Amino acid sequence: MTLDATITDGLRWTVVCPYPRLEPERGVAALVDGEQVALFRTYDGALYAIGQRDPIAGAYVMARGIVGTRGDIPTVASPLHKQVYDLRTGECLDVPGVAVPTYRVRCRAGLVEVATPAVSRPMADVGGAR
Amino acid sequence: MRSEKTSGRLVVVGNGMVGQRFVEALRSRDTAGRWQVTVLGEEARPAYDRVRLSAFFDGVSAEELNLHRPDDGVDLRLGEPALAIDRDRRVVRTGAGEYRYDALVLATGSYPFVPPIDGVYVDAGPDAPGPTPRLRPGVFVYRTLDDLAAIRDFAKGRRTGVVIGGGLLGLEAANALRLLGLGTHVVEFAPRLMPMQVDEAGGAMLRRYVEELGVTPHLGVATTAVRSRPDGGLAGLTLSDGGWLPADLVVVAAGIRPRDELARAAGLELGERGGVRVDTTCRSTTDERIWAVGECAAVEGVCYGLVAPGYAMAEVVADRLVGGTARFPGADTSTKLKLLGVDVASFGDAHGRSPGSLDVTFVDPATRVYAKLVLSDDAKTLLGGVLVGDVTAYPTLRASVGGPLPGPPLALLAPSGDGTGTGAGIAALPGSAQVCSCNAVTKDQLVGAIAEGCRDVPALKECTRAGTSCGSCVPMLKQLLADSGVPLSKALCEHFDHSRQELFDIIRVRGITSFSRLVAEHGRGRGCDICKPVVASILASLGNGYVLDGEQASLQDTNDHFLANIQRDGTYSVVPRIPGGEITPEKLIVIGEVARDFNLYTKITGGQRIDLFGARVEQLPKIWKRLVDAGFESGHAYGKALRTVKSCVGSTWCRYGVQDSVGLAIALELRYRGLRAPHKIKAAVSGCARECAEARSKDFGIIATERGWNLYVGGNGGFRPRHAELFAADLSTEELVRYVDRFLMFYIRTADRLQRTAAWIEALDGGLDHLRSVIVDDALGLCAELDAAMARHVESYTDEWRETLADPDRLRRFTSFVNAPDVPDPSITFEVERGQPVPARPDRRPVALGLPTRMGVTN
Ligand SMILES: Cc1cc2nc3c(=O)[nH]c(=O)nc-3n(C[C@H](O)[C@H](O)[C@H](O)COP(=O)(O)OP(=O)(O)OC[C@H]3O[C@@H](n4cnc5c(N)ncnc54)[C@H](O)[C@@H]3O)c2cc1C
Ligand code: SF4
Repeated sequence: MTLDATITDGLRWTVVCPYPRLEPERGVAALVDGEQVALFRTYDGALYAIGQRDPIAGAYVMARGIVGTRGDIPTVASPLHKQVYDLRTGECLDVPGVAVPTYRVRCRAGLVEVATPAVSRPMADVGGAR
Repeated sequence: MRSEKTSGRLVVVGNGMVGQRFVEALRSRDTAGRWQVTVLGEEARPAYDRVRLSAFFDGVSAEELNLHRPDDGVDLRLGEPALAIDRDRRVVRTGAGEYRYDALVLATGSYPFVPPIDGVYVDAGPDAPGPTPRLRPGVFVYRTLDDLAAIRDFAKGRRTGVVIGGGLLGLEAANALRLLGLGTHVVEFAPRLMPMQVDEAGGAMLRRYVEELGVTPHLGVATTAVRSRPDGGLAGLTLSDGGWLPADLVVVAAGIRPRDELARAAGLELGERGGVRVDTTCRSTTDERIWAVGECAAVEGVCYGLVAPGYAMAEVVADRLVGGTARFPGADTSTKLKLLGVDVASFGDAHGRSPGSLDVTFVDPATRVYAKLVLSDDAKTLLGGVLVGDVTAYPTLRASVGGPLPGPPLALLAPSGDGTGTGAGIAALPGSAQVCSCNAVTKDQLVGAIAEGCRDVPALKECTRAGTSCGSCVPMLKQLLADSGVPLSKALCEHFDHSRQELFDIIRVRGITSFSRLVAEHGRGRGCDICKPVVASILASLGNGYVLDGEQASLQDTNDHFLANIQRDGTYSVVPRIPGGEITPEKLIVIGEVARDFNLYTKITGGQRIDLFGARVEQLPKIWKRLVDAGFESGHAYGKALRTVKSCVGSTWCRYGVQDSVGLAIALELRYRGLRAPHKIKAAVSGCARECAEARSKDFGIIATERGWNLYVGGNGGFRPRHAELFAADLSTEELVRYVDRFLMFYIRTADRLQRTAAWIEALDGGLDHLRSVIVDDALGLCAELDAAMARHVESYTDEWRETLADPDRLRRFTSFVNAPDVPDPSITFEVERGQPVPARPDRRPVALGLPTRMGVTN
């Protein structure tokens, strides 16, 4: 796999993997610019990228959560303690004030690309391993 | 008018069922703590559920029977019986001192009546020295936990037991002796069993049931003497018809008498048949500072031998002591019980003693159901009745006594078939009808509680106490909830309105094999971490192949997805199967080598295997490869599935063992390995009654007997520990496997998500007995299907690790980063504790016991 990167609109886009490598409703972890990113492809083919670190447990596991929906919101549940996060915004839907960072992600020429830096949310994560 | 005293020193004599209820009732009313309460108890243990006493022989422990709730405001003195009451000085004397009282409540219960049969006592009789005559060794009564423990100990190695008395208590005792493995006889003076409760026809039905269970009744005869052998052991009984009944053990269950000896000595008026005579406020007719509640009280001369009237008295006195005006309303003497596996209920005027009353009887020899209703002369009002064999109609009928019939008599009596038996009945009941007679809770009170927000049976129990004693009204509670329009939501989550069981049936009957189809046709949205694993488990139970194929992969929880257990730092632990806990030295060495080579932390688990911690995702296949090559397979420690069948060493080595527990455990573990279920399933096999494998703490546990295996079901450790209950005794290995097959498959089909077997059995209408009827008697006609489902499971089992290793596509999932598979997750780091790797965490501190941890190391 080539670790390729281009700069567009001031964002650094890194090629991560071919699109078919993502299974529907199952995440994978990627290393982008030294950051751990969890990538998801939902049932309708949409792509999402969020931080791999579970902000509550402090472990890097988010890609291994179960993908689903809450109402119309595409979600992933932390595999450790099952808090549910909005894949679009990174916001935790169960614990107010907790969020994971989100990343822009796109598919170009059959390749999935992730942009850095992350889009930070104004919310703090609860910080550190407990 | 007397002015009521509402504060001061209160002494309660007796910490039995009613004494305890009284103290709770008073304390909940007397919130300001005006009464300073002292409780004197003769027994060494605090109050326990005497009604369920016999459950002791089903393995229910003394702790589980406990009724006592700690209360700092009560001075409880156990093992300190009251010896005398000095009414002039207002003190109660015990061996330890004197207690002053402003009010005194007697709750001393009853003692078992032992008829003056020649030879039951060690000493010659009334002339012998000593305060109370001692029973001859081998002769017992049946009243306290200590009595039962003594019976159990004495029964070891003996063969024949005789119960004197064929009433309620006698039949309970007979069942106990039967469970202890004794050949059991019952001697009853009346011409039928349970003469106080059932009429002749009911008695005849009962007799047939009892005989079939191997208990021999001797009716219409009295015991005239108990005879011993020259060595002091019991020889047997002589009967009034001249017969001789050999016996190693005798239980006298010939009735009870109120314990009124303190009151008698203190000069209080007693009832004509004994008991502390009280008025309808439960106050002594002699001394206004003294009250009596429970079996020792003779309310207007009448004593009650049931707990419900006692509870009502407790409430009356508690109310009076805080200035209330309650009166004892008279009592419901209905009883429902399970005797020797036969349900018997009687209520109201069971014998048709009311003038002009009419009987409607229903006898079905095929199902062996006997039922009788007693109606008023115009056949409009229900007066009472007797039910034998099928008592599902009991709660509705009992609550209807004195009111109009809730339906046509035969419709009420004929078995309902739907298992609820309450039908439209409860809707027809008046609001004042008592639904729970043990705790005197009316329909109105329950409807009120529901209106105030009680949404399920546990909430109703908590808030009204209904259903917390004998439990027979629980179906009515359910019915009330349903009737009240409380949406009893079974919905699994926002994506499905169905319960797990309903989804199971939909998937099975419609042959659905994918989540997408299921959610599209029967749900909404795209699922979540609740419904997806449930559906994955159902698909796996129905034999839909490898759990990680195609879409099924996306349904799995991370543990099932990676076939390992996730840990707090995002690493996994690996548990190879070690069936029955038996392992060769070679295999042990392989596990050690794998752990060493991959730097894994090792720990022996409670399930007799070895857990290897700290593996990264990308290491998992390499670890499995080494293990699989050495002959290991997945232990399914990650799944909601059968975990282990633990065993003791059994007859192969152990000098006590009577069967090969290891062999059976291995066979069972291999049979059920990989079986997906609503929750984890644990099992164990012990080679004899010493129970070294702790089988009774498992979902199914097996204990070897001389004649085969005893099967226990519904135990667990964990958050709310439960002992498994005896399901069937002395089974052959073949029978045992058949029952366990069905038990597991029925559980998998019908349990809720994350419902362990104990809670599942509790929630089944009819509980363990219903389960037995499904599994043993095939009451639902399901057994062939359950058997076939298990056969399919056994046949289609494959090792998930081995399958994963064989498939490059599947292996691809086990990478650290999709774009950098060679870079291990940099966040995972270890430090060393006691010579092993553990997750590095800044806040982790080893446990310090204040002892030197190692030579030369100072802390
Ligand atoms: C095997 C069995 C099955 C039963 N089944 C049922 C049933 O199905 N339904 C039903 O309604 N009832 C049943 N009963 C009856 C029920 O248990 C009693 O009605 C109930 O326990 C009465 O409560 P109590 O507090 O009056 O007496 P108890 O529970 O007997 O308590 C009295 C306590 O007072 C203590 N005591 C006595 N004298 C003194 C003293 N001088 N000083 C200090 N303490 C003293 C005693 O040791 C005892 O602990 C059953 C009883 C038995 C034995
Ligand atoms: S349960 Fe019995 S057979 Fe098994 S180890 Fe203990 S004593 Fe021996």
